[in-house]
Amino acid sequence: MSHVRYMDKTREYYRSLGYETPYRWAHFDEIPFTRLAKPLSECRVAVVTTSEVVLRDAPGSPDDLAREVYSLPADVPVERLASRKESYDRYATTLDDVDSYLPLTRLRELATKGRVGSLAPRFHVVYSEYSQRKTVEVDAAEILRRCREDGADATLLVAV
Amino acid sequence: MCHQTVGLVTRHLEANGLPTVVFGCARDIVEHCGVPRFVFSDFPLGNPCGKPFEPAMQRAIVEIGLDLLERAVAPGTTVVAPYEWDPDTSWKDKVFTAAQPFLDEAATARWLRRKESHREASRP
Repeated sequence: MSHVRYMDKTREYYRSLGYETPYRWAHFDEIPFTRLAKPLSECRVAVVTTSEVVLRDAPGSPDDLAREVYSLPADVPVERLASRKESYDRYATTLDDVDSYLPLTRLRELATKGRVGSLAPRFHVVYSEYSQRKTVEVDAAEILRRCREDGADATLLVAV
Repeated sequence: MCHQTVGLVTRHLEANGLPTVVFGCARDIVEHCGVPRFVFSDFPLGNPCGKPFEPAMQRAIVEIGLDLLERAVAPGTTVVAPYEWDPDTSWKDKVFTAAQPFLDEAATARWLRRKESHREASRP
């Protein structure tokens, strides 16, 4: 069976809720492309996630009022993390295993084996926004800044 | 929206000299946006890096992404992870249906408020 057509599905779904104007999904004809500057075994790899994970035991966990990019230490055991994400297929699966959407343990294992040089010291959390302009002009710019600050050579981005 | 958000961020990083790879489960949204490298898992939204509590599969999927980082020679390259969620594919038919509202009532209300406030802010 072929993959789910989410753009069609959501258009029909929100129309059924009374929203007639279909959402205009981002689309570009040109796609940027940058090659790795050095072997992956020498690269520092950053991770970006939309999973809205927070530290289970930190009372100062970020709240989502401002919906700003935030970062957490990449060496934190995943058992200390939990996702607050609401938009996933809650009928078919769970977000109980952090490594299934934020593969920090797997990347640490691969770094130990030398497959990647190292994991960047922080991973970055970005909120999903209706406003494409906010994502590009505010959030993406901030993530780029943080990746550069951490000396990342490549970035893995995971969509929940 | 997550997949579009990640698509927009990955494009920005890549355009500024940082190689990227995206992991996701909504192939149409990511490919419509256009990203340099994409590992697609044909799974329900939530676990693009492998099934929960299956570390061997998770490791294999992450490695597919790392291979892609090294080997892709052109933008817009998608690799399909060779795993099936379940022989029963009925979950695909049920996504975004009245029988299975994607968000619960409170989350839907929050989402619609954000959507309306964006539309208000975008009006000339």
